[in-house]
Parts: sequence; structure tokens; C-alpha cells
Amino acid sequence: MAPSLTGRRRAGWADPLFRAGTGAVAVLVIAIVVGILVVLVNDSMLSVRKFGLSFWATRTWDPVAGEFGALPFIWGTLYSAILALLIAMPVALGIAIFLSELCPRWLRQPLAFLTELLAAIPSIVYGLWGIFVLAPAVRTLEVHTPDVLRRTPFFSGPPLGVGMLSAALILAVMVIPFTATVAREILKAVPVSQREAAYALGATRWEAIRLAVHYGRVGIIGAIMLGFGRALGETMAVTMVIGNNPQVALSLFAPQHTMAAVIANEFTEAADALYLNALVEIGLVLFLITVVINGLSRVLIWRMGRVRSARFVARTVPLAA
Amino acid sequence: MNFIPRQAGHVRPLAILAVTALLAACGGGQTPPAGQASPALPGQGAPAAETGGGADQINGAGATFPNPIYSKWFSEYTKSHPDVRINYQPIGSGGGIRQLIAQTVAFGATDGPMTDEQLKSAPGPIVHLPTVLGAVVPVYNLPEVTGDLKFSGPLLADIYLGKVKKWNDPAIAKENPGVKLPATDIAVAHRSDGSGTTYIFVDYLSKVSPEFKQKVGVATSVNWPVGVGGKGNEGVAGVVKQTPGSIGYVELIYALQNNIAFGAVKNQAGAYLKASLESVTAAAAASAASMPADFRVSITNAEGKDAYPISSYTWILLYQNAPDKAKSRKMVDFMRWAITDGEAFAKDLGYAPLPDSVVKLEQDALGKIQVQ
Repeated sequence: MAPSLTGRRRAGWADPLFRAGTGAVAVLVIAIVVGILVVLVNDSMLSVRKFGLSFWATRTWDPVAGEFGALPFIWGTLYSAILALLIAMPVALGIAIFLSELCPRWLRQPLAFLTELLAAIPSIVYGLWGIFVLAPAVRTLEVHTPDVLRRTPFFSGPPLGVGMLSAALILAVMVIPFTATVAREILKAVPVSQREAAYALGATRWEAIRLAVHYGRVGIIGAIMLGFGRALGETMAVTMVIGNNPQVALSLFAPQHTMAAVIANEFTEAADALYLNALVEIGLVLFLITVVINGLSRVLIWRMGRVRSARFVARTVPLAA
Repeated sequence: MNFIPRQAGHVRPLAILAVTALLAACGGGQTPPAGQASPALPGQGAPAAETGGGADQINGAGATFPNPIYSKWFSEYTKSHPDVRINYQPIGSGGGIRQLIAQTVAFGATDGPMTDEQLKSAPGPIVHLPTVLGAVVPVYNLPEVTGDLKFSGPLLADIYLGKVKKWNDPAIAKENPGVKLPATDIAVAHRSDGSGTTYIFVDYLSKVSPEFKQKVGVATSVNWPVGVGGKGNEGVAGVVKQTPGSIGYVELIYALQNNIAFGAVKNQAGAYLKASLESVTAAAAASAASMPADFRVSITNAEGKDAYPISSYTWILLYQNAPDKAKSRKMVDFMRWAITDGEAFAKDLGYAPLPDSVVKLEQDALGKIQVQ
């Protein structure tokens, strides 16, 4: 090892070795994912055989009677993650654009640092903050929601504080630093020449920013999907504020449940074989849903990449005109 | 994203550095495991390694509820018996039962007795050994009401079934004459995680309400008809604290340590009792006469006018005829100490000690565990 550090000779074996080394690490990822899938399928066989596809569509979760269905958990997971995304996306993009395009130089580093700091807070801390600060605040909000709104299915039910709204808000707070940081890096990577060209053609600042965002949109979609993935899998903070009641409800005030939360809640005490298998199958369902969502976002990015060059020219012309 | 500028000049030195780092990491991990293992150990299990060697450590896993007293017992016992090291992992009753059946631990611990099916799936007969007692108390948040509310078992069952929906329901007013109850909705809170606390609570509700038994049943996790799930005692207490008009249930110890006010519950004899070490011990004593030989007994809804009705034993689980007889002997000796001298530590930690009659029965049972 030592000669390669000190010597100046170009070692002929270095490149193949490096390739083999990185290749092995990359293959390891595949092995881990396949390993997870194998274990999940193997350990959920009892439940898969007994409930079949109806597991995905059943609303009952009754450990005493041995009846298990994943629908309320699938619903709660997707609903909370999508809501979180809707809340987080504008905020995160706003932070990213401000930091990369508009922020005064002296404020840029402290703001970027604080954004990244948010990502480092452990989720149990978010969860406790959720129980003791966020949920009471949300409850106050719920109590003062006008009756007109409370008659709609989105805001029905008693004001409890804990429930879907609290979960979506806490998820949004947790997702924002990830999406904002990655989106900022993307915008920073947009070549200066792009902006200079826009200004040269007489674009306003707003138009130049639009151009930069448009240029980096594939990466920005990636940043958003990263946040979505984080929201899907988040466990501890969500379970502490979502109310953990497995029901399929539209209401933001209703206590609901997620897949990750039910596993964390019930796995330790599940001694019955079918019960354990059903919990592992929840993990399998979560795994498959994550794979599908990641696949869809890949397709989206791939299609945008293909049409980018053509449409990009078409759209920049009227923009600058 | 190929608009990130390439810094071609730096690539090669970086690559070489990375490879050397990788090699160094591999070498460090593989070649000197024997040399590294011993200095690495002291961080985790130094005393065990020094006195008896790692092999002599007795491992157990199970319920979280008795963890404070078990930790106390193990550390106290080791002071007088330096050759015995007991390591306990509070992973939950279900996990403890699973690991005991899989024989990855020498003993298990549980808040709810093992079912017949679980006992059958074990490789050998398992003995239940009661250690201490705990209780579950109803907690509520009604700023309008001063003084303690009183509940009956069927009333609690109806609240948790969603049949009693308002605080001024006649069923609540009947138990609390003279108390001005608000017309607000009852927000029901329960545990979302599988828990011995839930087991004790629903075991009681199922005994006093046939409808609850039929619709919900008894387990560490159940399908609650109504309510919000809080994770852990702190989750339920958090919901109750933050939500006016709510009701929940937590362990007595948790309520005492956190100064949470709790309600009185009507026992079988018709007396309204607040849980205390005395009323829990009374429940145990009342049921001691009818203690089954295998100690798998539920003492919820116990007889006797001083008995708090939502009380329960917690158990340590041992194999009758374990393969490692030396460990069995150590565990039996430890249990003899725990249920006699060890019980003195119970009260300070908020647990009710075993009644004397149960200690005697248990000593007989310990004598039957094979140690050679």
C-alpha cells in the first residue's frame, strides 16, 4: 500500500483494483436489497398464504381474532406522505431558490447550515416535540376551525390534536431540510453561463430564476422524491402524533396509522406466529410500495430528460423575448 | 446531471487514496481479530469477562414493566454473589417468550401468562414464577372536576367500547353522585404498542363485561373500537395531558412517578379503591388461596373489599429441565433470594411485594426445577 502513496509511478494495477473494489461495494447493495426481499417473503409466508391478495384490501387488524389486513396502514402511509410532500415542497423549493439565487452572501452559509442541522435532529426528539408542542397547537387550530369547514369530510371529527394533520406537519418539517439541501445543490450546479445568457437576452431576475429552476428540474424532482421516500419510511415521530388508529379516513383530524408505525408498535409483543408473519408482510408491502414509487419517479425523470433538450429550446425563446 | 464541473486533475490521487483507505480498512478488520477482541470487550462486559468469563453470563429477556426492579435485583445479587452475572434485555413480554422458546435466552419474563399454545410450542416444560405485582390505573383530564372520579368496571368497558360517549352520561353520573360533570365528548386513549399494561387492562374489562370480551378480547395488542393510540405510557399520558375530556390508562408506577392524578375503581365487593401498594397486595392475597399449581393466574377483579381490581403479577419464566444445569442452579438460587430478601426492594420502586403464602408455594416450585 505504502508505495502507491509515496511513489510517483503510475501503477498499472490501480485502475482494475479500484474498479473491482467499487464494483464489489455496488454489488453489495444489490445483495442487501435482494436479501431483504427474501427474508420478508420467507418470514411472511403464513400470512401471505392465509390472506392472499385480500391482505391489501382488508380493513380489519385484530390480533386477538387473528384477522389481519393492511389497507388502513397503506392508506395512512401514503396519505400522510403525500400531505407532507404538499406542505414541504413549496417551502423547501423556496428555501433552495432563496439560498442559491437571492440570499445576501453573509446570510447564505448560516442559513444553509441551519437547514442541514434540522436534518440531524433525531426523530424521537421530533416525536416528543410533536406530542408536547405541535399536537396541542394543532388541537387549538382544530377547535377554532370554522363550522363550514368542519362539515366537509376533510375536517370532520372531534379535535384531538393527535391525528393525520399533526403527522403530516411533523413529516413536512422533517422532509424540508433534505429536499431543500439537495435542491439547493442542484441550483448551484446550474452553469453561470445559463443565467448570463438569460440576462444578456434581457430577462428579468424572475425569468432568470425560472430558467435556472427549469434547467435543474430533473434534479429537483429527484430531491422531492428523496423527501417523499423519507416521509414514507419515517416511524418514531409519526407514531407519536398520528393517533395510531387503523382506519381509512379522509379527515385530517382523524387519528390514523402507518405501516412503519404498526411494525414498531407491535413487533416486540407479537408472540403468535400468524401475527408475526402479518407484521412482516406489512414490511413487505411497504418495501414493494417504495420500489414502485421509486420506479415511477425514475420513469418520470427519464422521460423529462429525453424531452428536455427539445422543449427547453422551445420554452426559452418566448421567455427571453 | 452532467453539468457539475469535472475536476479531472484531482481524480487520480483521490482514487488511489480511496483504494488505500479501503485496503487499510479491510486489513484492520480482518487480520487481528484475536488481538482486538479482548481490549474491545471491557467497554461492554468487563466485569463478566474478568470474573467468570463471558460464558457464565446468564441472559434473559422480556417484559419492560418489571425492568427497574429486575435491574436492581441483578446488581444487588451480584454484590453478594460475584460469580453470577445476569444480563436482562427488556424487549417486551412477547419478545421474551419468543426468545425463551427459541432457547436463545436462559430465562424469559412476561406480564401476561403464556398461552397453552405457546407452552406447547416450547421444547420443554416452562415454569411461571411470580416476582412482584403491578397495577393499571385510569387517568383522565377534566379541568372542570376537582377531586377523584370513580369508575366501575362495566363503565370503563362501555367507555372503551364507545358506548358511553359523553362525560355527563348517566352511567358516569351514577358512580359519581354530586359531581358536576361537563357535557363534553370523551376522548379515549389507549396504548398503541403491544404491552403488558394493555393485557392487564383488557383482561379486567373482559372479566366484567361479556360484550367487551366478545368484541375485543384479551391480548397485548387488541383491535380497539374507539380511541387514539399513544406509544408507551408517556404517549398515553401525553394525549391525556394535552386533551381536555380525555381518558386513558397507565401503569400505577408511571402515574406515581409523574404525579398524574388517577381515578378510583369499584372492586367486586363494591368498594371504590384507588390503586396503592396495599390495595394491590390485598388483591394478590385474596387470590393466593386459589393459586393454581402452575402460577398462571389472573388476579384482575379479585375478591375482597380491600383488593384493587386491575392488578397483576409479573412472571419470570424458566425451563423445568434446561440443558445447562449449572445455569439452572444459579437461576434457582437467585429466585429464592429474589422472592425473599429481594422483595424488600419492591416498595421503594413502586411494586407490590408477593404475599407470603405465594412465596411459600413458589419455593416448593423452585425445588422441582432440575439443577443437576
